[in-house]
Amino acid sequence: MTIYLDHAATTAIYPLVVERLAEDLLKLGNPSSIHTAGQTARGMLEGAREDLARVVGCDRQEVIFTSGGTESDNLAIKGLYWASINENPERNIIISAYTEHHAVIDPIEWLETYQGAKVHWLKVDERGVVDLDELAIFLDDHRGRVAVISLMWSNNETGVLTDLRRVVDLAKIHSIPVHTDAVAAFGHTDVNFFPGLTAMSLSAHKVGGPVGVGALIVSRNAKLTSIQQGGGQERDLRGGTMNAAGARAFASAARLSAAKLATDGWARHELLNHLTTGVTRAVPSARFSRGSAPGVPDLAHFTFPGCSGDSMLYLFDQHDIAVSTGSACTAGVARASHVLLSMGRSQEEATGTLRVSLGRDTTKAEIDEFLKVLPEVHAAALKAGLTA
Amino acid sequence: MKVLAAMSGGVDSAVAAARAVDAGHEVVGVHLALSRNAGTLRTGSRGCCTIEDSMDAQRVSALLGIKYFVWDFSERFKMEVVDDFVAEYEAGRTPNPCMRCNERIKFAALLEKALALGFDAVCTGHYATIEEHDGNLELHRSPATAKDQSYVLGVLTTEQLKHVLFPIGAESDKADIRKEAAARGLAVAQKPDSYDICFIPDGDTQGWLGEKLQEEPGDIVDRNGNKISNHAGTHNFTVGQRKGLAIEKPAKDGKPRYVLEIRPKTRTVVVGPQEALAIKELGGTKFTWCGQAPKNPEIPFEAEVQVRAHAEPVRCVAQLRDNELMVETHEPILGVAPGQTAVIYVGTRVLGQFTIDRTVSAVPVAVNE
Repeated sequence: MTIYLDHAATTAIYPLVVERLAEDLLKLGNPSSIHTAGQTARGMLEGAREDLARVVGCDRQEVIFTSGGTESDNLAIKGLYWASINENPERNIIISAYTEHHAVIDPIEWLETYQGAKVHWLKVDERGVVDLDELAIFLDDHRGRVAVISLMWSNNETGVLTDLRRVVDLAKIHSIPVHTDAVAAFGHTDVNFFPGLTAMSLSAHKVGGPVGVGALIVSRNAKLTSIQQGGGQERDLRGGTMNAAGARAFASAARLSAAKLATDGWARHELLNHLTTGVTRAVPSARFSRGSAPGVPDLAHFTFPGCSGDSMLYLFDQHDIAVSTGSACTAGVARASHVLLSMGRSQEEATGTLRVSLGRDTTKAEIDEFLKVLPEVHAAALKAGLTA
Repeated sequence: MKVLAAMSGGVDSAVAAARAVDAGHEVVGVHLALSRNAGTLRTGSRGCCTIEDSMDAQRVSALLGIKYFVWDFSERFKMEVVDDFVAEYEAGRTPNPCMRCNERIKFAALLEKALALGFDAVCTGHYATIEEHDGNLELHRSPATAKDQSYVLGVLTTEQLKHVLFPIGAESDKADIRKEAAARGLAVAQKPDSYDICFIPDGDTQGWLGEKLQEEPGDIVDRNGNKISNHAGTHNFTVGQRKGLAIEKPAKDGKPRYVLEIRPKTRTVVVGPQEALAIKELGGTKFTWCGQAPKNPEIPFEAEVQVRAHAEPVRCVAQLRDNELMVETHEPILGVAPGQTAVIYVGTRVLGQFTIDRTVSAVPVAVNE
């Protein structure tokens, strides 16, 4: 039996969601059609919208279903940026941090390259915490110039949390929209669309729903330009035939996952503690990447000096344990993590990383098996050295 | 055995991996990521570094039912192969990057890592054979003369030969390998061969070097040291080159001139008649024996020397003299430049290799050049 500890990549879909999805996929009808079949499909879609809105604490009109986290991030960042410069071309600065997921970094860099956006990447400390004092100063120094701030709820590699309340408070003074990529946080910590947030990205497959469905929560008052034309089915912000069955599967998974978090949130923190103390006991040189900074309970990221992440990954795989190096992969190539590099780690340190991410059903026994194998894996990886 | 199959995404390494599986080995496929910024799609005949190549290797692994991983050697490759290539050109030499890659990456870094991770051997799709004679391992030419790759494997040592498998090495016809790949249902069966330098995107070596190296003008002189023209930078030249010299004054003998030597320290390019390119003696102090070393290499012995991957071997007398491995050829050879690797053969066996750092022209300097 594989011990799967890579739930941050994707996690198991709820069997209940699969059953319902299979039934829903057999139902004929386009939510935009006027006949009864269409209306039934529309009912399914709008029910899902209400359900998801309840889970994240927003108005149902604020839920825009998308194809996933990446599309949501693109829509939020480009949409908010274009709305801003349409009103005032001088308001063209995007603020973010280089520890963001590529789904945020890449659209920002695209706007910089092709649309003349100015970008300010905030400083990040060695634990991965974004420097919000710097944000405060930057905002004061660039009044009327900032188009959008985009900072993730929690980091997908290290699990570190952003103090979004403070971000929103700072942004409010200058009336700047705030987008947050909550894909890695949703289902792992209490994610809600609290007042002051402008947009929030979510993805279904990270919470036990199907791949290919996501949502962007967009505040009613947000000024956001559509980036995809063709029907405008979703609040005129997104075109394309709506995926009613997928939306319902997402909403169901979100509900189940929120309920699960409410009952065993504390136990997960205990499991994480068990993991981190176990790792540092087995390998004293290992470093828990986010250190003392607050983070989500299901994600532990470590650096192992002198080892390369791909050696460890291979060796764990030999023991039928699935973990990740945490960094972005291109065709299976584990690169030095841009997140770790942004945290001031050397190329060498950023290569020897391992991300262990727990799922809703991860057991202590599974963690123990991982910890049992770790010393052997570490010794072999150390011997193989940093050949990368 | 636990075998790591190095898979470039090409047809040779795919069939090699398949045969290793057939032989009953426990095989894991590994693709080496060698470029920091891999291109998305393969273009023309270049290398094995694109994401498409990696996906091809992954697809083959899936069909063979073996596990597949990508290992990132890009940092090491840059240091050991790319930087070395630039430094060699800067020093006026003509390096062979594929040789360096075999020496320092595939059969060094990769092999070391594989052994450390519990593998017994690395298998590749090279065309060469390993034979055992009197308990000693020897590297031999492949019977597929056109595809023989023993030259670029000349750097392998005894220790490395023990842990290397060439499952298609004895194949005499590449077409058979393609047929076999097709019969096995591997989509790479008709994938074109790669032969250009993998890290130079458009195949324009001089242009690529020009971006890396500073243009430092200097003199073009004849073999007597007389200045005959100027040049923009020594990296624009390789020994044996005729084009691009831009010499207005014709030679006294009226014959075209060729680059004979590059002296980067004084930024001087030496030119002369084609006959002067003919070399009769070459040597190098950086050498290795492939497999068991000869008992008395100080005593001159009959051998053959090959100086490029697809050059004809030339009969010679080889000898280890004052810690320099050197050969005297029976007939003059062309196209020899410092930095190149000379591989010494005895029959089909690869005996050893050295990096050429000294050459002696077969033609003395003429006064009226």
